[in-house]
This record gives sequence, C-alpha cells and structure tokens, in this order.
Amino acid sequence: MKGGIASHDLIVVGAGIVGACCADAAAAEGLRVTIIEPGPIGGGATAAAMGHLVAMDDDPAELALAHYSLQQWEEFSDLQEAEFSRCGTLWVARGEHELRAAGQRSARLAAAGIQAHAVDAKTLYELEPELAPGMHGGMLVPREAVVYPPRVARYLVRRAQSRGAQLHAGRRVQQLTRDGVQLDDGTRLAGPTLVATGCALPELLPQLPLRPRKGHLVITERYPALLRHQLLELGYADSAHGDAGSSVAFNVQPRPTGQILIGSAREFDAADAEVSPVMLQRMLERAFAFMPVLRKLQALRAWTGFRPATPDGLPYLGAVPGRANLWVAAGHEGLGITTAPGSARLLLDLIHGRTPAIDPAPYAPSRVAA
Amino acid sequence: MSGLVRLTVNGCAVEMPDGSSVAAAVATVTPHFRRSVRGESRAPLCGMGVCFECRLRIDGVAHQRACMIPARNGMQVQTDD
Amino acid sequence: MTEHYDVLVVGAGPAGLATAQAAAGHGARVGVIDAQPRPGGQVWRHDVRQASPHAARHAFAALARVEWLARHSVVGAETQVLRVEHPDGVRLLGYGALVLATGARELMLPFPGWTLPGVSGAGGLQALAKQGWPVAGKRVLVSGTGPLLLAAAATLRAHGAHLLGIHEQAPTAAVHAFARQMLHWPARAVQAISLRTRLAGVAYRCGSFVRRANGDDRLQSVDIEGPDGAQQVECDLLATGYGLVPNVELAQLLGCALAAHDTHPHVQVDALSRTSVAGIHAAGELCGIGGLAAARIEGAIAGHMAAGDLTAASALLPARARARRFAGLLSTHFALDPRLRTLATPQTTICRCEDVTLGELGGYTDARDAKLATRCGMGACQGRICGSALAELGRFPRSGPRPPLFPARLATLAEASPPLSD
Repeated sequence: MKGGIASHDLIVVGAGIVGACCADAAAAEGLRVTIIEPGPIGGGATAAAMGHLVAMDDDPAELALAHYSLQQWEEFSDLQEAEFSRCGTLWVARGEHELRAAGQRSARLAAAGIQAHAVDAKTLYELEPELAPGMHGGMLVPREAVVYPPRVARYLVRRAQSRGAQLHAGRRVQQLTRDGVQLDDGTRLAGPTLVATGCALPELLPQLPLRPRKGHLVITERYPALLRHQLLELGYADSAHGDAGSSVAFNVQPRPTGQILIGSAREFDAADAEVSPVMLQRMLERAFAFMPVLRKLQALRAWTGFRPATPDGLPYLGAVPGRANLWVAAGHEGLGITTAPGSARLLLDLIHGRTPAIDPAPYAPSRVAA
Repeated sequence: MSGLVRLTVNGCAVEMPDGSSVAAAVATVTPHFRRSVRGESRAPLCGMGVCFECRLRIDGVAHQRACMIPARNGMQVQTDD
Repeated sequence: MTEHYDVLVVGAGPAGLATAQAAAGHGARVGVIDAQPRPGGQVWRHDVRQASPHAARHAFAALARVEWLARHSVVGAETQVLRVEHPDGVRLLGYGALVLATGARELMLPFPGWTLPGVSGAGGLQALAKQGWPVAGKRVLVSGTGPLLLAAAATLRAHGAHLLGIHEQAPTAAVHAFARQMLHWPARAVQAISLRTRLAGVAYRCGSFVRRANGDDRLQSVDIEGPDGAQQVECDLLATGYGLVPNVELAQLLGCALAAHDTHPHVQVDALSRTSVAGIHAAGELCGIGGLAAARIEGAIAGHMAAGDLTAASALLPARARARRFAGLLSTHFALDPRLRTLATPQTTICRCEDVTLGELGGYTDARDAKLATRCGMGACQGRICGSALAELGRFPRSGPRPPLFPARLATLAEASPPLSD
C-alpha cells in the first residue's frame, strides 16, 4: 500500500478518547474506518485525565453536550475496562454565597435533566466526614461517575477494529492532502478525514486557535473508604474558566482501587511537561485546606498533562471551514472524557447530514474563522 | 547491641534485640505482612526498602515499610488482613 | 527550611562514606543522607549479632566530622536542592557539589511461586537477618548467582540458619575459571577462602537453579533443576539473587546521562567520578556494578573532586582502574543461563504491587503502553522490581522516574520550595 491510494469512508487522525469514540461510532454505523495514532492509544490528555464524568452548568452549550454525553456513558457502566464507579459528585461550599450558588446550580442541572440537589452542612459531613470543619454545605450530583479513560479508548479502538476498522499504530499524519492524508512513511490515504488530535491540532489545522493548558495530578496509595465521592469546591469554575495564567482548585477523587487522585491545576504557557514543585505545592495546599487528612497520606506518583483549550472553552466539532470532507473534533479542554461520546455522535450526524440531537452551532469551527 | 525493645504485633507482645527492624519483629509472629491487590499473602522480598512488600500499619499509620523502620518500645504494629 | 552543604552525599554505604571522609578532610561542610537508620549500605549493614568489620567501623568514624542524616530519603530534586523526607517531616537540602552513592539493588527474576512468603532476595534475606529476622533453625536454600550468594549464606549461617545448599546457576567450568582468576587478586582470594571456611559442609552446586517455589500461602518446597536432573527440596526459606541492578533513579531525575548499552543502565561518569551534569558526581555501584573495593576508591575520588582537589583525586586513578577490572570478571563468569529468563509462565505475577501477570503483558513493547493498559509498574515500588525483571526478560526497559522518587507523604510534596537566590 506504500505510496498508493486507499479509499476509506472515514480517516480518524488521533486515538485519544475523542478519536476513539468517533472511530467506534463510525465503525458501528458500518463505515470503513482507518485510525492513525503515532503513540499509545489514549496516551495523551486521555491518559493524564482524572476520568471524572461531570456536567458543568456555567455555559448552556457545554451543559447540553455534557448531558447528551453522560447518557451515552451509561452504556459503559458495566464494562470492566471502563472501571466505571458511580461515586457521584459532591460540590463543597465554603461560604453562604457558595451555598446559595449551589441552590441555583442544582436548579439549572435539574432543569437540564440531571439529578442534583443542594445539601446542608450536616448532610455534607455525613457524606464526607473528613472534610475540614467550617464548610457550609454543598451540592450532590449522585449519578455522576469516574472511569479509567485510557482503557476505554483502547476498548473502543479494539471494538472499531472488530468491525473492520484499520489501525495505523506508530504512524503520524505528515500532512493533510486534498483528498485525505499522507503518513510519515509516505503512505497516502484517501477519504473524508476527521482530525481529533487534541493538543496537536495546530500541527495540522493551525487556523483553529488552541492552547495547551497544563495540569498536575497526584495519586496516593490505597486508602479504602476514606473518601466516597468525587469532591470539588464550588469555586472550581472560577479556576477552570478563569483566564488567569495559573490557578488551582480543590478536586479529589476516590479511585475504584481505593487510591485518591488529587487535582487540579491549570497553567497556560507552561511548555515543558515536568512536574512543577510550585504548582504541586499550591494544588496540595488547596486540597489540604478542604481535607486536612490528606497531608499524612502517601503519594505514589505525580504527573502532568495538557488540556487542549480553545479561546471560548468550547470544543471544535464540525466541518473545517473552507475545506471539503475535512472534519474536526478537538479542543475539549478539561471535559474531553465526559463529552467524547456525545461529540462523536454529533459529528457523525453532521457528516451524514442528519440533524443532531443537540444544536451543533455553538461548537462549529467556523465561529473562529473571522 | 545489649538492650531489648518491646512492641506488639497484631496485639502479641514481642521482644527483640535493639537494632532489629519492625520486619524482624513481625516475622517472629506471622509469615504474612500484607494482602496483595488480588488477595495473596505477601512478605518481604528485598529486605532493603525497594520492593514495598513489607508494607504494614505502625501506630495507626498505613503503608509503612517494616524493613526500613527500627523496632521501638511501645510500637503497635498491625499486618494487613 | 533549607540547609546548605558544600558537599552533599546521597548514600552512606562504602562509596558514600569514603566520599564523606575525603571531602571532610578538605574542610568542606559535608552532609550525608541515607534512607536506612544506620550507615553501612548493604555490604556493611548493621548486624544485631555481629560487630561490623574493621574497615566499616573505620568508615563510620568519619561520620563524626560530617552531618549524618539517617532515615532521610530523597523524594525530589529541584535547582541545587534536594527534597528529602524523614520520619518527622521534610527538609530541603541545598548543595554546592552533590555526590550520588545510591548503590544497587538485587535483581529479582520472576518464577512460579516467587511471590510466596518465605521467598526473598539472597542479599534481601541477609539484610533481614542482620536486623534480627529469625532464621535460626530454619531450613534455608540459597540460589542465584555470583559471590554474593556466599556472603549471604555465611551471614545466614552465623545467625543459626540450617543451610540446605547453595545453588549457583553458572556452570562448574565458569566458576572454576573465575576461581583461577582469583589467584591474581590475593586479597579477594583470602576473602573467598574465609567465606568457604565459614560455609564448610554446605553443598555448593553449580549449574543449578530454582525453577519453582511451592506452597499455599507460604513457602513449603522448591523445584530445583541441576546437571543431574530435577529434584524437589522442602525448605522454610529461599534466598535467591541474580546479581545487582544500579540504583540510577535519582541520577536520572537530576538529568545525568546513563550508559544504556547494558540491560540495566548505569550512570555515566568519567574516571574522576563526574557525571554529565556539572557539580554532580557519582561513585560506586550506580556507575556499574564494581564491588566494595571499587566503591571505596571511587567514593574517595568523588569526595576529593567535590571538595575541589583534583590532585588528590587523580592519585587514586590507578587503584580505581584495577578495582574495576576485577568487576569485569564477575559479569564474564556469572552470565545468566538463558533458561532463567523463561521460568515465568503466563500465570506468573510480574508486577507484585498491582498483581499483573506475564500473560497480561503479552503484546506490549513499551513500558508506558503496558502501564496504561495493565497498571504494571504503577504501584508503590514504582516499577523497580518488575521493571528490572522485564528488562532482564528482554521485554521493555523501565520508563524514566517521576517525582516523588519514592512514595512520600503529600505534606512532603507540599512543603514550599526555597526562593531562587543568586
């Protein structure tokens, strides 16, 4: 095939969680799919992510995509590879104004069809006794869950392969051609192409602005039953959606293994992947302020990852402006695990000219083409 | 070299020569140090702090390497069951 | 809290102690840290029943002139500062020159039953016994390769173990050839003869290895393969070691180049102990397994260099070269029998922290890929045991270290770094 032309219904560039979901959905519809991935499957942001399936309600479009996606995640709730654990999300209010916000947010989530309710301080401490004293209450979203994303990505790629998809492992797309892609070994593939390369998007589509936003995570030894819910501070959105150069927020997760995964930190313009002692310190101090018991736990590993961030925080899902048969699904920032299945469904509807279940306009890549 | 230290392992009183490790004290009581992820019984492999097979709870603190910690008077050691 | 040392030495084995002595002799402010509660490293580990050898006691005396930080474990490295955890908290130790003397660990090869309580390293059981592990009256079988088996067996016997035999995997011809070479190294020959005397009456079988350990929830017997066929031996403890692996993780974290042409990489140094990073020296086993004599000489070289005395360091170069030549003999004569790399079956656990079997690792050619899919190497030992084993089995090399270098309290990682000064 080297140097030759092969014809495909969909060439998926990138096998992170987004590319894997797209490839799986396309193969399930009977398309002849080819997947190209230079590194390990799910080895980029997918491997670095917390794997928290969560609906953020501060933007209606983001909420719509998350809700749509969360319904599809239910398909994997019994999948062994997914390590799906329905721990629920407990948002913690540090003051009265945050507690009031919890009330408004639970109403918004409920209006969107997501079960959520505010909890008072007494209930909060019953749910998570190790929280620091002085918290005012919070919001419980009981149906949310955590998964292990890299294994889900592998499962989806394998499932696509079982339906005829081809995987070009260890190969990189050197350039997009007029009718497909050219790989780094010279192979040319022809067919509609979907770019799902996350942070590497600018290499192929520099016209779509995207910045890597670095994160840090730490995981502990096993401490079963110390923590039951994914905990976040209600001020989390200020960190996640603020434009500050760097920010941290309290965000801890009970892994099904009994380990505790601790986030979260956000940094723009941090090019190297090294663990930054300063960011780690800020992030951990924030976590200790909410959960002092963490101080004494044994950390096993710390690592970093990069979230693909678009200027408006919404992913690019749809046709690449000015190009025929070229599609993009990238820029999910910190919500790529949650929103990948919905993104794939939406994109396939667009490719086939069907009307998607949710309005695709907010995610259209054309929004940034001035 | 001369003295003895007294500690408890899983509630049993143990006397060891000063300078002994917690691992040695545990071995006088039980061959079992920790349960692996799949529930197998495990005990020290490397004896020098590398393999983490001797992890157990000392005075309430979990995941301590028994081979690296000197036995001390009054210590309460608990293997993982 | 940041303390500053002219020379900071990581590791208080023979190499680190020699470094401390040499550096302190130049009037430098020297700090020596070690994760163990007592100095000596593995070779000179404190024994609850026996006095330390004369050379060790002499080396320990050097600690009187330096700051000796026992039970201090390096968990991270920042600019000219090590983040160090100790039982009561964390310290940030600054340095002018850094000497790494982190030694080596034992190579453990997986075989069916190697996870049973009662199976340990040869140096491992020796270390445990020295710190009071009860071996008296226990039936102990020693297996593996190299002269360290004899040293381990001698310690175990001194602690009252009933030695069932020493099973050396190298064939008789290779062991004899090594013994003939010893004639050129009289001091070593004397050591060897003394060891054999202490092991009088203990069977020493060449070309023989343990193929399987049997037992339900503890060791009951082992299957041995030897020149005369297979046999099963009942025993209480198995001490098995296949040589040493340099502890390069801290050097790697600091950015020091490794020599990776061997299965187990070592830190690349010049004869004057300089690593590829200015101001960082390395001495002893982490620079390639060289034994006690090489470690002591290299430690002294590194100490002189770190204190800025090139002349004193250079004077030791001929002694270093000779000691390193001896080390070459070991790898030549005690090369591993390829059958040892095929003992593990698909059901054999490879990653003991996360219970990942060899079968589950089928098809992966990259450590990170395997880790993401199977959790292999994700546990507390951070891949030190399974990673070295997989490298030896010819699978894939370990991936580089990430902080913390060893599991550490979260509070240790949260301690604020010192501000960068000029």
